[in-house]
Amino acid sequence: MLSQTLIREFKAQLGEDAVFADPADLLTYSYDAAPLQPVQPGLVVRPASGEALRQAVRLCNQNGLALTVRGAGTNLSGGTVPLPGGVVVVTNALNRILEINSEDMYAVVQPGVVTARFAAAAQAQGLFYPPDPGSQAVSTLGGNVAENAGGLRGLKYGVTRDYVMGLQFFDVNGELIKTGARTVKCATGYNLAGLLVGSEGTLGVFNQITLKLIPLPAAQRAMMAVFDHTDRASETVSAIIAGHIVPATLEFMDNFTIRAVEDYSHAGLPVDAAALLLIEVDGHPAQVQEDAERVEALCRQHGAVSIRVARDAAERTKVWEARRSALSALAKLKPTLVLEDATVPRSKIPAMVKAVGEISREYRLSIGTFGHAGDGNLHPTILTDKRDKAEWERVEQAIAAIFDRALALGGTLSGEHGTGIAKACFLEKETSPATILYSQRIKKALDPNNILNPGKIIAAAT
Amino acid sequence: MADIRELRRLMRQLEDQLVVCMRCGMCQAVCPVFAQTGRESDVARGKLVLLDGLMQAMLDDPRAVRERLQRCLLCGSCAANCPSGVNVLDIFLKARAILAGYLGLPPAKKVIFRRLLAHPRTMDRVLEFGAVFQKLFTRPVNEIVGTSCARFASPLLADRHFRTLAAVPFHRRHPSLHTPPRGSGLKVGFFVGCLIDKIFPNVAEAALRALEHHGVGVFLPGNQGCCGIPAISSGDTRTFNDLVRYHLDKFESADFDVLVTCCATCTSTIKKIWPSLCEEDLAARARSLAARTMDISQFLVERVTPAAAPARSANGRIVTFHDSCHLKKSLGVFSEPRDLIRANADYTLKEMAASDDCCGMGGSFNLEHYDLSGRIGRLKRDHIAATGCSVLATGCPACMLQIADMLSQAGDRIAVRHPVEIYAESFSAR
Repeated sequence: MLSQTLIREFKAQLGEDAVFADPADLLTYSYDAAPLQPVQPGLVVRPASGEALRQAVRLCNQNGLALTVRGAGTNLSGGTVPLPGGVVVVTNALNRILEINSEDMYAVVQPGVVTARFAAAAQAQGLFYPPDPGSQAVSTLGGNVAENAGGLRGLKYGVTRDYVMGLQFFDVNGELIKTGARTVKCATGYNLAGLLVGSEGTLGVFNQITLKLIPLPAAQRAMMAVFDHTDRASETVSAIIAGHIVPATLEFMDNFTIRAVEDYSHAGLPVDAAALLLIEVDGHPAQVQEDAERVEALCRQHGAVSIRVARDAAERTKVWEARRSALSALAKLKPTLVLEDATVPRSKIPAMVKAVGEISREYRLSIGTFGHAGDGNLHPTILTDKRDKAEWERVEQAIAAIFDRALALGGTLSGEHGTGIAKACFLEKETSPATILYSQRIKKALDPNNILNPGKIIAAAT
Repeated sequence: MADIRELRRLMRQLEDQLVVCMRCGMCQAVCPVFAQTGRESDVARGKLVLLDGLMQAMLDDPRAVRERLQRCLLCGSCAANCPSGVNVLDIFLKARAILAGYLGLPPAKKVIFRRLLAHPRTMDRVLEFGAVFQKLFTRPVNEIVGTSCARFASPLLADRHFRTLAAVPFHRRHPSLHTPPRGSGLKVGFFVGCLIDKIFPNVAEAALRALEHHGVGVFLPGNQGCCGIPAISSGDTRTFNDLVRYHLDKFESADFDVLVTCCATCTSTIKKIWPSLCEEDLAARARSLAARTMDISQFLVERVTPAAAPARSANGRIVTFHDSCHLKKSLGVFSEPRDLIRANADYTLKEMAASDDCCGMGGSFNLEHYDLSGRIGRLKRDHIAATGCSVLATGCPACMLQIADMLSQAGDRIAVRHPVEIYAESFSAR
């Protein structure tokens, strides 16, 4: 619990309504979407202006209070779980789109703008903001940048990192730091935006974000390919990439997931299929036509038993509804859902799918696998009940095994969910002790009191 | 006050339902209260965490939990959008009951529920008395919407523009009815509901005309009361059970095919809440009645098929339709009331944006959090006004009250009607 004097100081600087100290309110900011133990903060603040945000950062540093920035709290690696007695800074009152510039194709936003709302606003002006993380209906752009969030379109359009043109953020002293520009090219200063993207609130607190926008694709075509062997589906993915076709989305669903989706939504999915590929190509109509035909041919060559091409918008919607309901359908089977995102080079997808199958059998766990096969980012999803202690131990072992196999295949621990708390202890395996040390030195130089979201990413330091 | 360990033991009943929430936070996208406040304790995920915290002894302040739990419209938007299928309303109502049992009901609610709501005859008399004297305290403000406001500063009425009590409530016009089926071969039980009986009797009149028109027999037992939703949403299980038993006894005294109501809230309460929250010994009876309970529009469209309207006159009155949460999100009924409206050629249906966004009423939510309720209601008003309509239709009298307040305060000249009124006009006029 913070002292009353300090709470009054926060209220004086941020406004009476922007400060929450009641234990009941504190409990509601003790978690995010990762299945981890909740941690009760000491104070929650919800600044409504950049100046209030600056004051919050300054006060935390002056008083040595651990500060965790929170957007919508949809983080899947525990990055928004606060420190005991720390301060949670909620950004959802900083939710203004400051500018959408159609001529120069960029936008300037506050960190609390909801991703889907922003994408819709851009679309209303004929522009496209491609990153579409699964939580986009609620997630904030600040959170997306802090986590370097991905989504279904990573394969062709990249991830959040590829759209950050510039940042304004507060350092621990509350000084405003500016990096990047509204220009397509910018070669001044260190690429601090590059450092801050994916830094999970450990190096600075975003005040404004400048995002790149691109023209909306003129046409798209979606299709669903059905396979009776998982290997054939994953080999098809590799073949499409090797054929140098870049679909906007190239998604994979295993039999376990297909059956769960079908039970849940009765979409007419083939429940006896070993795997499905859901593919969409977009761009100029002529190119869409050609790409779609080549993809279809490749699917057939690699043993697709049937291919359904969406003929109109309604059929296209149906294809993607099936994919979008995958997580919901799996979530309904068991109380706890562990959504992993270990990622491998795309050519290693067949090996990774096989590895997850083996791990599922070895640890006697239900694992549904679906995800962004086109960019190597699968989501092995473990279904369990956290209250079952024995099974939970096997879940933790299985997670470690998934990481080991992904790393052995030249992959990474996380494609898009971030390191947070959940993967911090595995980071050294992927990198090296020197990498951790180097990162710790940067952190120490920029945040000498270690108040910015301590314990995340490079936990070993603290 | 009982031992907090006893409270925790009772909360354990909810454990299996509480663990279903995986904290994904998708409820933030659709919660009308959260959209206004941005506070986690206002959205389902935050409230579920509070209940979990109370159960797991991470929190020892049941009052603080109840206060936050009551800041909910019970609109069900979160449940309709929940990837894990958390039965939010069921959990919240059960939790409110457990907390009311532990903390006791607030004194005013106790008097209203136990002395008034639980005794339909007494309530009728008190409100008939009120209808006579209300003119002393209120004055009309908008004759198109049909609203009044307080003559003097009043803490209860505040700045509301409300519909006054009907001069003659429905139960005075039709104390009871028992007519045999005719052309349709069908007979319905008719549950009136308090708001329709006392404020919107014309809606029930229109429903009777429609049933008559289609040759449907009607069983309308006398001295009907409240469906119990105000009581159970404040956790008063005793009054709720009294009312469920009272009405089961009434309606089981005659045969009919379907129980209909013109109130989306009553229908969803009878269909969903009676069977899941009533006492064990009433459950089988409640389930059986729930299985044959329907909204009036659904009944008319599915069972007697209203005739399609003749070619629409170009200068029909523009009407827009608001999807009540209890009708669409709880019961999945949304095309049927639109069919009823389209059956009247004098009207042209024009959809508003976000027609299924909650109007912000939420029953007692409106009484306890009028400011927040108004902020949500004004969004609805803006969507309605943007259609350029002269009539707003909705299948729930509680929504009708809230929307009338919002339209009237904005000075709009838009009438508020029930779809069955519009439908009944189509043959009454001929």
